Amino acid sequence: MSFPQPKPEVPQLPQNLLRTIDCQQGAVRAVRFNADGNYLLSCGSDKSLKLWSVSRGTLLKTYSGHGYEVLDADGSYDNSQLCSCSSDKTVILWDVATGQVTRKLRGHAGKVNCVQFNEEATVILSGSIDGTVRCWDTRSRKFDPIQILDEAQDGVSSLKVSEHELLTGSVDGRVRRYDLRMGQLHVDFINSPITCVCFSADGQCTLTSSLDSTVRLLDKSTGEMLGEFTGHKMKGYKLDCCLSSKDTHVLSCSEDGHVYCWDLVEGSLMLKLPVGKAVVQSLSFHPSETRLLTAMEGRVQVWGAEPEETEEDVVVVKQEKA
Amino acid sequence: MASDSDSDGDFVTFGTPLEPLEEDEPLRKPVPLHEQTVKDEKGRYQRFHGAFTGGFSAGYFNTVGTKEGWTPATFVSSRQQKAGRQNARPEDFMDEEDLGDHGIAPRQITTTADFASGRKDVIRDKARAITSLSAPIPGDTVLEDLVAPARSSMGVELLRKMGWKDGQGVGPRVKRRLCKQRADSATRAFGSASPPNGSSGSQDEEDGEFVPENVTFAPKDVTPIDFTPKVDLHGLGYRGLNPLAALRGGPGAGHINLFTVDSDRTNSLFGEDRKGQRRRGGVAGQGFGVGAMEDDDEDIYHRDIMSNYDTVLGGEEPGDGLYGWTAPQQYNRKKKDHSKDAAYLGKILEGFTLASDKLETKTIFPPPNLPRDFRPVHYFRPVVDLSSVSPMVAQALQTSRGHMAQEEPSKGGRHQLDSAQRRELLGEATLQGPSSVFDLFSVLGSCQITESLLNPSRFAPHAEQQQEALSVWSGPTAQAQTGQTFKPFERTPHKQARYDLYIDQLKQGDRDALELSLDPTMTEWERGRERDEFVRAALLYKPSSSSLSCRFTRGKQDDAVEANTVEVTRDLENDVDDKQAAVKMKMFGKLTRDTFEWHPDNLLCKRFNVPDPYPGSGFVGMPKVKRDKFSVFNFLTVSESPTASASPAPQGVKASEPGKRSRWDVSGQAGDKERKEKDPVSEFLSVARIEASGSGPEASTTDGPTTDPTVEVLVPSYYITHFHQNDGKSSDGFLLKENDGRMEEEKEEGVLGSGKAGTGPQISNQLNVNTTQPGPPVSTTPSQHPDFVFKTPSGPAAAPPPRDQEMEEEEFGPRLPPPSSTLTAEGCPSLTPSAKDDKHKKKCKEKHKAKKHGKHKKDKKQKKKHKRHKHKGKQKKSSKKEESSDSSSEGSDGNSQEDGEEGGGVSTEELLRRLKGIRGKKLQ
Repeated sequence: MSFPQPKPEVPQLPQNLLRTIDCQQGAVRAVRFNADGNYLLSCGSDKSLKLWSVSRGTLLKTYSGHGYEVLDADGSYDNSQLCSCSSDKTVILWDVATGQVTRKLRGHAGKVNCVQFNEEATVILSGSIDGTVRCWDTRSRKFDPIQILDEAQDGVSSLKVSEHELLTGSVDGRVRRYDLRMGQLHVDFINSPITCVCFSADGQCTLTSSLDSTVRLLDKSTGEMLGEFTGHKMKGYKLDCCLSSKDTHVLSCSEDGHVYCWDLVEGSLMLKLPVGKAVVQSLSFHPSETRLLTAMEGRVQVWGAEPEETEEDVVVVKQEKA
Repeated sequence: MASDSDSDGDFVTFGTPLEPLEEDEPLRKPVPLHEQTVKDEKGRYQRFHGAFTGGFSAGYFNTVGTKEGWTPATFVSSRQQKAGRQNARPEDFMDEEDLGDHGIAPRQITTTADFASGRKDVIRDKARAITSLSAPIPGDTVLEDLVAPARSSMGVELLRKMGWKDGQGVGPRVKRRLCKQRADSATRAFGSASPPNGSSGSQDEEDGEFVPENVTFAPKDVTPIDFTPKVDLHGLGYRGLNPLAALRGGPGAGHINLFTVDSDRTNSLFGEDRKGQRRRGGVAGQGFGVGAMEDDDEDIYHRDIMSNYDTVLGGEEPGDGLYGWTAPQQYNRKKKDHSKDAAYLGKILEGFTLASDKLETKTIFPPPNLPRDFRPVHYFRPVVDLSSVSPMVAQALQTSRGHMAQEEPSKGGRHQLDSAQRRELLGEATLQGPSSVFDLFSVLGSCQITESLLNPSRFAPHAEQQQEALSVWSGPTAQAQTGQTFKPFERTPHKQARYDLYIDQLKQGDRDALELSLDPTMTEWERGRERDEFVRAALLYKPSSSSLSCRFTRGKQDDAVEANTVEVTRDLENDVDDKQAAVKMKMFGKLTRDTFEWHPDNLLCKRFNVPDPYPGSGFVGMPKVKRDKFSVFNFLTVSESPTASASPAPQGVKASEPGKRSRWDVSGQAGDKERKEKDPVSEFLSVARIEASGSGPEASTTDGPTTDPTVEVLVPSYYITHFHQNDGKSSDGFLLKENDGRMEEEKEEGVLGSGKAGTGPQISNQLNVNTTQPGPPVSTTPSQHPDFVFKTPSGPAAAPPPRDQEMEEEEFGPRLPPPSSTLTAEGCPSLTPSAKDDKHKKKCKEKHKAKKHGKHKKDKKQKKKHKRHKHKGKQKKSSKKEESSDSSSEGSDGNSQEDGEEGGGVSTEELLRRLKGIRGKKLQ
């Protein structure tokens, strides 16, 4: 006999503001969870990269060494290293604990839009406005990229890495998927500059947001469109989109100060999260929980499904107990 | 007892019976040990030593009987018999048992020397060699060698007694005639001197001039076969370094002396020692020193002389090959035969003789002549779906196929094919490299050529052109010039040859020069192409110019090879138009997807823990091919659009950059909407596209083919070169196409308002057009967007679009939102476009003021400052295209500001730069 499957929990949406962090580093260009979701990285336009605790909202470390505003960052799987890219055309590999620059990778001809570790943090992949993706080796002592992917005809705006695949979105309106195992390059034409690309958690789909104010869910293997999500505004800025941790929802930044959240299957707008009045620049979804980070101007906001009891409350409770 | 005696006769007794015991007889003493003896059959004592030894000896105990041991039983003095007793043989001192089977000298029945055949006594030879060494004169066994006892074996004696004579064979006598007749017939059959049949058979044939009827002959002697088995492991005929022979000395004694002259070898072959050659012991020869005992210095240092070597390949030695050796030849040996043996200078192996008749040379027949149209491999012609390719190409394919079938029979033979034709027949790939004269042309030249190529009658060069070529080349200057220096088709020799022929005939004033010089075996299409190229080449490099060109020498290293080829990715993307249409119809999937082969770096695969999908592939990334930059084929993909025949812009060809495609290219492809569709699908799509665009606000009015003089002809979808002409309108339309209607209307206003035919400062206006949209800047389609288009005609700065967004047009692609810090001044951080605009206005006003004060500060520093200021104060100009290098982009954005504000006041430097830009544009 078998027990009936537990009723699937109704997916919750991160609609409650848990915390607002004022990063004090100019505009926050990107905000990223680390691998386990306990920390966040904020990339500031004042050339600094900051590491915060998500739960407490405290600043843990400031990484300075870039020569221009930091545009993207990523943390390694073991939380020992960070990589960040900047408008100063460099990619920097940081040591988390000491905050020192492990290596500074130069080679891009323009500002570097996006950066990612691969699964084992042996390679850093960076996409630049010069239209190339460079694969930097973190293991060897060589400072030259292993390979330069120059298939893009315009700047590379976004890049994601899975086990053996590399997904890049370019301003030439094409999403390129490099399959290392098959040795193939799949190019999907979107006809609008791509701002952000994502893999779904199950690895079957890709999510693509483009400047025609549309987020598209494409089948990874065939390139067919599985869903189209509209309603938000994305016309000129490089804004992020993402999938929720369980692939139930599609989220996208918008220029009207909201984060739009659609149901993945139905394509209906589930939530229009008012973040602020300015452009929501970046967002990042927690790898396992229902938690969302948004970046607007100089602030990072943490959103959760339920309102979390604040620290003062905890203190109050403790005092009462005492 | 009684029973014993009774049964005596019944039983067999063995051994000696014991003596019968007497009753009253006293016990006898036992026999003492020394009396228990064993004697052999001759009565000699034999004593057993013990239980284990089992033997006997003549030692102490064996001398039983005598106390003192061994004493000769009888001593007979031989003093008197000394003379009679000659020599004692070893056997005399041996016992019988020594001669027995197990003795030291067993007696066997062997053949005596009398009956022994010619086999050498090895032991004796050895003994003799040793004695010769130990003899007072070393090596002096000559006498013994010479004076050998005349001894013949018993068999020979018997044979002789039976009437056998030396030199004859053994056996019944045969009749001679048979043999003779056979030889005769053989002679007749071969028509030449018959080769000797047997080993020494020539003897019989020679003397048999007259053969009586009833005479029989002994059979021929047969060379005895040496059945000595080969026991060593050496190769056939190898003797190694025989120490005996070495010690005996002499060059022919067995050493292979590499440096003996041929004649020496020949002599030694005949068994003659060299004259004056002293025999001596020890190792001697070239390479060995002279010993202390040697009295004269021998030539130990080898002086090689050229006569040791053949100077003539395969040349026969002069004369008889005997080098003066005049020993009487065997009387009836054929000279030829003899000389053959003698001429064979190699060592003839023991037991081998030279073959008397040569090996028949195998006749190798040449392979059959294949039929001319035979192909070893069936070549499957790619099945071209005629509906899918343009009719022009289809026609070309058909004609080429047809011509091949028709014209091949008229060819001479397969030997008259040139390399290209053979290559064609073999189906090999053509060689890489620029294949046409156009590779050598300047940009201007190729402009002219492409211009003429655009003619509908492309392959029939105008009659006047031919006429012109004729007049030019038949002129006096051409006649005066003898050596033709310019070889436009040098890389394809046969083509150059045809071209030379053509020029020659032109010089002679032949009107049909062109037709005559062409290769009739080529296809119509190829001929047409060549005709065209020849005429053009003749016109371009006419003698007047070549007289000038003789002042120049041709570069030794052909850098053109590098410069004229471009690396292009092998797999090319499909039609972008189709994709756009598909996207519009939301038909993602097959239509929008391209899959290419892509080679990841091996190390990258390693880092990703993925096996290399292409192990051993020599390259990384996309497979690339080299293409000629200016090959005619790059221009020959004719589209059948009505505008195809339109005359191109004066400078219609743009020198394409090598390497990556620029945005222009993409846009060019996107722009020429009037391009014909390639297949039904795309046709269908195009209908959809037209519908879609019709429903769109812009209704594609601006890019209609009627108003657009742009020539987008002959642009292979992948190729870089564009005939994109930059009349204001066309490029505008092309710009607008990508944007939505609202913007376009505004833009159009801007463009039209800006009018025509302005220069210099107006450029900025054009740039400003892009910014008139209220929303986020236009840069939505950067890939389809020219960055900083230098639009030639634009109106005066009379109606400048709003200045406040000047900054934004420098951006492409998605930008980054402005940081809030700049906006906090207004309290609530608001990034609505209007707020931004206000902000921008303010800034610009300030700048404007500053500029007015500072007059024309347009040096770079100033600009940079500006820029920095902007970056700090306002929003980040993020997605600036990197190709437009920093300086230029800075310059341009600085310009755009300043131009917008100050109208005509432009520095000369700036003007120059723009001029250049415009010219570059025109060249495209």
